[in-house]
Order: sequence, then C-alpha cells, then structure tokens
Amino acid sequence: MSWTPILALAAASYALKALGPVVVGAREIPAPVRALLDLAAVPLLAALVVVQTVSTGGAFAIDARLPALGVAAILVWRRAPFLVIVLAAAATAALLRAV
Amino acid sequence: MEPAHQIAPDPARRTIARDAADRPTATDPARRAIVRDAAGIGLAVGIYGVSFGVLAVAAGASVAQAMALSLLVFTGASQFAFVGVIAGGGGAAAAVAPALMLAARNAIYGLSLAPVLGGTRGARLLQSHLVIDESTAMARAQDSPRRARTAFLLTGVAVLACWNAGTLAGALAGGGLGDPRALGMDAMFPAAFLALLSPQLRRPGAPTAAVAGALIAAALVTVTPAGIPIVAAVAALVPAGLAARRVRRGGAAA
Repeated sequence: MSWTPILALAAASYALKALGPVVVGAREIPAPVRALLDLAAVPLLAALVVVQTVSTGGAFAIDARLPALGVAAILVWRRAPFLVIVLAAAATAALLRAV
Repeated sequence: MEPAHQIAPDPARRTIARDAADRPTATDPARRAIVRDAAGIGLAVGIYGVSFGVLAVAAGASVAQAMALSLLVFTGASQFAFVGVIAGGGGAAAAVAPALMLAARNAIYGLSLAPVLGGTRGARLLQSHLVIDESTAMARAQDSPRRARTAFLLTGVAVLACWNAGTLAGALAGGGLGDPRALGMDAMFPAAFLALLSPQLRRPGAPTAAVAGALIAAALVTVTPAGIPIVAAVAALVPAGLAARRVRRGGAAA
C-alpha cells in the first residue's frame, strides 16, 4: 500500500473537520443542506455492502461472503456489539470455506 | 468512529447524559456522567479499533500505515472504506474518493460544534481533529456550552486514545494470522459496513437512500473501475432527499 493516498486522505479529512471550527466559525448552514449531508453516508455504506459482498475484482462473485452477511444481518438486528458482528461474519465465511 | 451510533446514537438527538445534566444543582454528577460516558464510548471504540487494525493489515497496509490511518485520518467509516476498496482490488484514487465522501459528515459536525469550541485559533486547530461522530453526539447531549465543550474534549481524547490502541493491537495480531481469505476476513468488510449503516436507517429518506445506493452500485460494479460504483451511489441522495421532504410534509400536515 502506498503512503501518498494515506497522507492525502489524512490532510483532506482534517480539512473537512476544521472547516467549521477554524474557517466558518459560528455561522449557520441551511437546514435542508444539513439534512442532505447528514444522509450522505447512507447510500455509500449500502453500496459498500453490496460491492464487497457479491463482487470480486469488478465481476459478480457469489461465495461464502453472502451467508456471512446474512449472519451479520441477524446480529445487527439483534443489536449485537460491532466486534461480535464482524467476527461472526468472518467465522461463518471461514467455516464454509473449510468444509 | 461511526459505529458509535450504536453507543451514542444519533448526534442530532439529545440522549446521553441528559438526565444528569438537566438537574439544575447537579454540576458534579453531570461532570461525572460525562467522564463515565466518555470512558465507556472510548472502550467500545477501542474494541472495534482492533477489527480495523486486523482489516487494514489484511488489505496490505503495514502496521505503521494502519497506525497513520487511525492517528491522522481518525474517522472510522472512512478508514474502513479506504482499506476495503484497496482490499477489493481498487487503486488509491478509487479508495480515497468514497472515504472522503464518508468524511464529509465531519464538516457538518464541525459547523455545528463551532460555537462550542472556544479558545484561540491554535486551540481550534487542535480540537478540530477530535470532530467525529462520538464527540459530536456527546457535546450535543449537554445542556450548557461549557459542559458541551467538556464532553466534546473528553470523548474526543478517549476515542482517539482507544481507537489507536485498538488499531495497534489488531494490526500487530492480524499480521500473524495467515491467509486472510481462509479466515473469512473479506467477509468482515461488508459486515462492518452493514453494522455502520443500520443505526442510520431510521432517518427520513434513509431507507430510500440505502436501496437506491445499493442498486446504483450493483448496476455499475461490472462496468466501471473499483471505487466508482461507491462514489456514484451518492446520486441516491436525489430520490432520498425527495422522500425525506415528503415525510416532513406529511408530518406537518398530520
């Protein structure tokens, strides 16, 4: 993994965080804009779930990740802790691949 | 770190420590409640910091790079997205774009926190690094600017310390585990994103945004380079925004 994108991401992430406290100060932003930006993470996360469950290297690929996501979904619904959800998904995929 | 939506739910809502903070004479108990909640959130974040460390190393990051991400980028969902796209075969630019879009939320947090974060320009520059889901949620849960500032700082520092300690532990352990695929580590990414997504689905328009985003990504995944399907999913905000407006209007009419 290259260092350049890591450092670029770090700089840009910091700039986003500092925009309000350092640059804009106490000015208000319009409520509709805020509502939309508050929502921005939702489609991105849904897209990440889909892409990382059913594709590999730009092609559809159904494998042990799909049942693993099913297990994760049940645990999310049961409000299990984050680490439990992630580890259970890994264990499901590992078991299915081992048999 | 985004999963704190589970711990410190929606930053827009006043939940945590409100009972204690609202009692007029309870200055000390309120402060104790802030310290207790900040420590609790920090510990929980530290535990999933371990999973980030493991995943970062599985995606090909060195221990130093995993630490740089947690120390310098310091915003959970973006970090997961960045290493996730790289693990999925995407290039650096393809990995940075969705990570930045997820980090855009912090700009909104920063704007809403600006009146609370007093002090010199230097202090504001330092405090800005702590602008994340958890610190924002804790600050918004307080009933005075002074307590909001205390909650923001204590939570931010606790999360920064624990997230990085967890990342280090996970990165050190992850390297010695063996073949990431045989261990099911590739299945950890979608599970992590689902866990990050679910607490946000209660907002108006969010279910529409999730379904439309998933459909856009699925439609593009075989025809565009890695990372593009995720960035393009942000177009789902158009139908989601319309749906949210319908909900608000419906609510106003009722």
